[in-house]
Amino acid sequence: MNEILIHLLKIAGVIGVMLTIVAYTVMLERWVCAWMQDRIGPNRVGPFGLLQPLADGVKFIFKEDVLPHHVRHKIYFTLAPAITMVPALITIAVVPWGSYLPVFGRNIKGVLADLDVGILYVFAIASLGVYGIVLAGWASNSKYPFLGGIRSSAQMISYEVCLGLSVVPVFMQVGALNLSRVVEYQATHTWLVLCQPLSFFIFMVSAFAETNRTPFDLPEAEQELVGGYHTEYSSMKFAMFFLGEYANMFVASALMVTLFFGGWSLPFAPFNAPAVTLPVGLAHIGIFLAKVIFFLFVFIWVRWTIPRFRYDQLMALGWKVFVPLTIVNIFFTGMVIMVFFNR
Amino acid sequence: MQVQRPQLNLWERTYLPQILKGMWLTLKHIPQRKFTRQYPEVKPVLFGDYRGAPTLVKDPDGRVKCVSCQLCEFVCPPKAIRITPGFRAEGAPDENVEKEPREFEIDMLRCIYCGFCEEVCPEEAIYLQRDFAISGYSREELKFNKQKLLELGGVREDSIWKWKYKGAPPPGTPIGPVRDGKGMEASEHH
Repeated sequence: MNEILIHLLKIAGVIGVMLTIVAYTVMLERWVCAWMQDRIGPNRVGPFGLLQPLADGVKFIFKEDVLPHHVRHKIYFTLAPAITMVPALITIAVVPWGSYLPVFGRNIKGVLADLDVGILYVFAIASLGVYGIVLAGWASNSKYPFLGGIRSSAQMISYEVCLGLSVVPVFMQVGALNLSRVVEYQATHTWLVLCQPLSFFIFMVSAFAETNRTPFDLPEAEQELVGGYHTEYSSMKFAMFFLGEYANMFVASALMVTLFFGGWSLPFAPFNAPAVTLPVGLAHIGIFLAKVIFFLFVFIWVRWTIPRFRYDQLMALGWKVFVPLTIVNIFFTGMVIMVFFNR
Repeated sequence: MQVQRPQLNLWERTYLPQILKGMWLTLKHIPQRKFTRQYPEVKPVLFGDYRGAPTLVKDPDGRVKCVSCQLCEFVCPPKAIRITPGFRAEGAPDENVEKEPREFEIDMLRCIYCGFCEEVCPEEAIYLQRDFAISGYSREELKFNKQKLLELGGVREDSIWKWKYKGAPPPGTPIGPVRDGKGMEASEHH
């Protein structure tokens, strides 16, 4: 009973913190975009505009939910935003936010589900996200969403290959698929970005493609596709797509941090070992979130710097550059492990 | 014309140097001075002969200058001005003036701020002011009537006092306002 309660509390905490960060990422996006363009950005709602996400949320809830007359299959049209949003929320379950939280004599794990197939679960669930977008594109029954959906399916399927292959060397080096193991390995050894920079680079670029972020935001290319797959959506359904995109960014950042930047750890005591006291446990969560927020900033930074790829360039980069590179990387890592470590 | 394409080496062909350069550029812009003007608090600086809302002005004695000749009404390209001319009441002060507008309406939604009315006015009674934020909740509200136009225009301190003297003012007439109280009565007499 107590176990269930603790789990429910953890789930509520994780989802709550995640959605808050997601909401504020939207605002950070607007701020950073404005600053980079020598503007001020949202500063009207509340002190420094900090209540902007709240106002946006209220606006989304009260806006009219338009169902275009050309939508034939209302159920798929309604289902699509949920299917986009949900995978993003449930992939976070295997990402370790912290090491341990010692409270009331219990040692609570800093991860919701300590799965031994960790990363496989992430890829399995994250792949579902594309269905939401394809479904939205198809169910909208109009040309721009349709094109967006088509692009999305092609793009996400190609980049899933690079994404999956790029992290293989990491797990070859660590020797486990469990993400908690990966972080503990980095806490005691070194951050994997130093051992696997190519792996990190390809993972990051593929993550940009997977989350539909610029320079790979072809499915929602505002200029060409009027918003792409979510053109016909309004009100809270649109907000779900929006939140889904940012939640995906959060997950991608969390994965980058977990796989390559030492998760909750810092390379000095007492942050380089699982926590035994509550303050350190909380500090680990703070460190993790700080790193994640940094990568969210990188996502935004790249978006407001780099122009969008052309479709053929996108495909060429994925299939002709990244896939061969990842395979070479896996082969090379295998050789090094075999020759120097005799594993 | 043949465009000369630069020969890129392998490192340059990955686009990475340009991407990093671009990211450095955008990063540098974050702390830079912002160009946004916080509008309602900080008003824009208007240049010298800015043409804002047209208004009716009074002379330094507080008299309505307009004699409802309707030239501005005729010249107005979008037909924003509507004047109901009227004769001055019998026995009113300044009997040298025969006519005055009974009603004078400018539809600010039609006005294009061209300034033709100001240019054409023989009495120098209508002037484009510096007001630029004309707003309201309905179309009716933005049809400014005579009273509103006079309020916005106020008194114009100049030497054109046609209503005070028949013909040219006597030599030595001071340029500027002469407030004897009489004029004020006249302006209240609508």
